[in-house]
Order: sequence, then structure tokens, then C-alpha cells
Amino acid sequence: MPIIVVEVMPKAEILDPQGKAVAGALTRLGYTQFSAVRMGKRFELTVEGPVTAETLAAAKVIADEILSNAVIEDVVSVTELGA
Amino acid sequence: MRIGVITFPGSLDERDAQRAIRLAGAEPVALWHGDHDIQNVDAIVLPGGFSYGDYLRAGSIASHAPIMAEVIDAANKGVPVLGICNGFQMLAEARLLPGAHTRNAHQHFIRRDQRLRVENNTTVWTSNFEQGAEIIIPLKNADGRYIADAETIKRIEGNGQVTFRYVGLNPNESMNDIAGVSNERGNVVGLMPHPEHAVEPGFGPNTAVAMRSGLDGLKFFTSVIQNTLLANA
Repeated sequence: MPIIVVEVMPKAEILDPQGKAVAGALTRLGYTQFSAVRMGKRFELTVEGPVTAETLAAAKVIADEILSNAVIEDVVSVTELGA
Repeated sequence: MRIGVITFPGSLDERDAQRAIRLAGAEPVALWHGDHDIQNVDAIVLPGGFSYGDYLRAGSIASHAPIMAEVIDAANKGVPVLGICNGFQMLAEARLLPGAHTRNAHQHFIRRDQRLRVENNTTVWTSNFEQGAEIIIPLKNADGRYIADAETIKRIEGNGQVTFRYVGLNPNESMNDIAGVSNERGNVVGLMPHPEHAVEPGFGPNTAVAMRSGLDGLKFFTSVIQNTLLANA
């Protein structure tokens, strides 16, 4: 069955303490070429039947209204997997 | 005077909230997240805890629970609604209150007896406090960092919607030391600390006077009781 992938990231201006903690660990492990890490979320929505313009539109509504909070996050992409 | 307390999957402090309501002199009414019924209560408390495991974002899934349709409707009609901790997160996710919450800047769960300043005593939940009073309310959370965009911060500061501010120590780098906010009308209030844990001698926060003696939380509930009685008089 087709899958729509939604990617959500914390807004650039908002502190991402989780990403910061990961970046600290990488530095400790000697991976000094990576100066920062930001952690986001990836959702995979399994679609009943083919992906139509309406399905994608519904996924975009879900992404904006439920999967992300516009105060703190941006929806980076809503795409069909492998399309 | 009947005050509803909603239980969500993962609520922890609904019994404490019910007890606080009883100690303040009103009748607590247990409400269930899956019902479309707020049983005609005079006010509503959204308690603390970790609804739905705080999956997605703290409070976000609960903000879409069946009963929230009735809560949003009641709030918009002026029914007093108090969101405590996870309940505050739900009210922000439901857009009944401005802003949002993220992980504490230091990444840790924190529990402390927190000093707060009452910044607005004109809401239905804070009218029994003196304006500017400093109170001690227990705080316990991991996702308590209050955030809003610059324009929203400016607007809520200007409107007096910042209801409580952290004093002495900002436990999670919340913007402008904000611990609690209200809607414009002042009937919906949310805060991260737990007033229901500061209502009974022997079980409250430590104060300068004695251990576990803090009772500042009671005034949230006596305020809403008094205001409801006045409104119905």
C-alpha cells in the first residue's frame, strides 16, 4: 500500500535541547566535523487505495493541524514514498 | 457549585484535584475524556499527568479527545477552565490559550516547590490573591518550557494575560519567566505548577514557616467558587 511521508522539524529559532544533547555526545565521541544536530519527526501514513490529489491535500491538513504545532514546528515536507 | 475534573488516559492528579475542590468547598464531578458530556458543571479542571504518554507532543492527542469539543464550547461561552501542567499543555494545543510547550531546556524532569508571582488577579481563578503576591506551588514536569513568538509574547504581556511568573528561579527557561497564562476573557487559565498539591496542611510545599505547610493552591479553587456564586447571585 502507498505511504505518505510527513516530516516535521522544530522551528530554526527555537532551542532544540534533544538535538543539542546528541551534538554534545557526537563531539565527545570525536566526530568534531559535525557542529550541530537538530531532531525532528517523520510520520508514515499508510494510504488505503491510490494516492490522489485529495489524499495528499488531506495529509497536508493533518500535517499542519495535528502532526505539527505551528507555534514551535514547521512541516518540512508531505510526499508520497518512492513517488 | 460543581466543578468537573476530566480523566484522560495517563492523567495522574485528578484525584488530588477532586480533593482540592472538596477542601475548597465545592463538589467535584469526575468527567471522562471519551464522553461528549460535561454534566452541566459550573467549572472544569484539566488535571496533570502524561495523557497518551505525551506522544506526538505533550497534551496534543488529549486536546482532540471527544470531551474537548464540549470543553472548548464551554470555554468560549465563559465557563471557567483551569489547566494544570498537562492540562495547560492541552489548552495550548487546543488553542484556547496562546503559546506552546517544549522540553525543558536542561532536558531533565524537575520537581521543586516553586515560588511564583501572581501577575493578574482579575481572572476567575486568581481573584482571591493579592495582585503581585508571591506564592509557593509544587512544580513537576519535563516539558514545561513556555514558548510563543515575539508578537504573541508582546500581545499577552500587554493584555495582562501573563497570570503567573516564576520568581527566584526559572525552572526550564520559559520565555519571560512565564509560569501561567489566561485567555483574553480571563475564564481560561493554564499553569505548569500544581495548585492541587498545596491545599492541605502536612501535604503541601515547604514554606519559610514550616515543612509541607503551603496552602496557596486553595485560593485557585476558592476564587472560582466565589466568582461563580457571585455570577449566579
